[in-house]
Amino acid sequence: MTIETLLLSITMAVAAGLVGSFAVMRRMALAADPMSHVALPGIGVALALHINPLFGALAMLLFGALLVWGVEGKARLGTEAIIGVLFSVALATGSLMTSGEDLIDALFGGAGVLSWPELCFGLIASSAVVAFVVLQRNKLVVMLVSPDVARTAGIDVRRLDLLYLETFALTIGLGLRFLGVLLMGALIIIPAATAKRLARNLTEMLVLAVSIAVVATAAGNWLASWLHRPTGPFIVLMAAACFLLSFLLR
Amino acid sequence: MDNVLEVDRLSIRFGKVEVLTDVSFQVAKGDSLAVIGPNGAGKTVLFRALIRSVASEGTIRWAPDVRIGYVPQKLDLDRDVPITATDFLRARSPSTRAADAEISRMLGLVGISKEASESSIGILSGGQFQRLLVAFALLGKPSVLLLDEPTAGVDRPGQKRLNELVRHLQEEQGLSVLFISHELSVVYRYATNVLCLGSRQAHLGPPRRILTPDLLAEIYGSTVDYHVHDH
Repeated sequence: MTIETLLLSITMAVAAGLVGSFAVMRRMALAADPMSHVALPGIGVALALHINPLFGALAMLLFGALLVWGVEGKARLGTEAIIGVLFSVALATGSLMTSGEDLIDALFGGAGVLSWPELCFGLIASSAVVAFVVLQRNKLVVMLVSPDVARTAGIDVRRLDLLYLETFALTIGLGLRFLGVLLMGALIIIPAATAKRLARNLTEMLVLAVSIAVVATAAGNWLASWLHRPTGPFIVLMAAACFLLSFLLR
Repeated sequence: MDNVLEVDRLSIRFGKVEVLTDVSFQVAKGDSLAVIGPNGAGKTVLFRALIRSVASEGTIRWAPDVRIGYVPQKLDLDRDVPITATDFLRARSPSTRAADAEISRMLGLVGISKEASESSIGILSGGQFQRLLVAFALLGKPSVLLLDEPTAGVDRPGQKRLNELVRHLQEEQGLSVLFISHELSVVYRYATNVLCLGSRQAHLGPPRRILTPDLLAEIYGSTVDYHVHDH
């Protein structure tokens, strides 16, 4: 594992911990998984067109987030059912379009060589995600307690919701290389769910979620490169171990 | 505009169900408007339309530069959410020394103890959480307060403290208040005007003039016992 890979995976983990904290508090833990599946057709199209799969995946993820946001705006359409159906279709279509080793890498994350554009994009996008959550933290707190109260406090709730969903999608895109479409949702949710069990206030929650995501990512990366296996499962297993440990602590 | 709010022929429907039809009223600066009516009469929906959370037909005109403080009725919060009462208030008034002092003062005003302010908002009692929402609304230095059953679940001393606090702010700062209440004694005591929803047509006027036994029987569908406290 190179220094660049480690650096990128750790900044991605910081972003995942922060975004995940709000996802868990907003009770959208179950949405993370199907949403990450939407990346697969994007990867398939990108591979067919011989462009970097990361960018194909990102385009689909950002579109997926826009779709969720649009559906949320239409009351009584059954958001969960629509997310479940659309994103399962995305997974099915994507797996038909991708084949062999590419599919395994896309599903579980690969340890391939990191290109400079990928590294630069990854670092900038992770920093943007971190900056968004840190700067909008107060507004996100008010919105999760009550969107109506947030509205009267001068917060543009619909806009903030869209920005959060797009940030969430971007974070999934950042982790695809390391965890793949099947497991990235888990790195966003498990550290945050663990932190939620242990934290007594918001700052503790954010610090713990980030720490657990970083430790799980570093340890998972190291184990995967040592055993020459895909990185995703090890990172998720490390995060799950922290979750189980939290039951001993509290 | 002397009125802080003017509502003209407001109608709200959810699909084919018409929740409110042609409701009109005004609230003058510094006045209190009580909104009463049976469950399902559309009181909360009216408030949510006023803050533009639900779509409506007709006109809602707020005075320019109005600052609204809204206290909703009940929130479905996760008990384990690690956001403390202080975290929530800091989200309204980002951390500076002056803001922290203001938050402490506000917690004292609404009667939330230091211990409760460091607890998760998910485990606060209904009454404590309601008071926290009032504190949050007041931190925004509102010119209008919208209170949706602000004392539901609050104990008697707490109710008295909240009612007196709101009245004090009205006298001191000319705050206008719209509140939903099921307690007619509170309506008589604090409201300048009362808007009754729930009958075919909304009724508006000073409580002593319009809250007749006939009207109450009409909107609540049975005889209502109520007490008027004149102290």
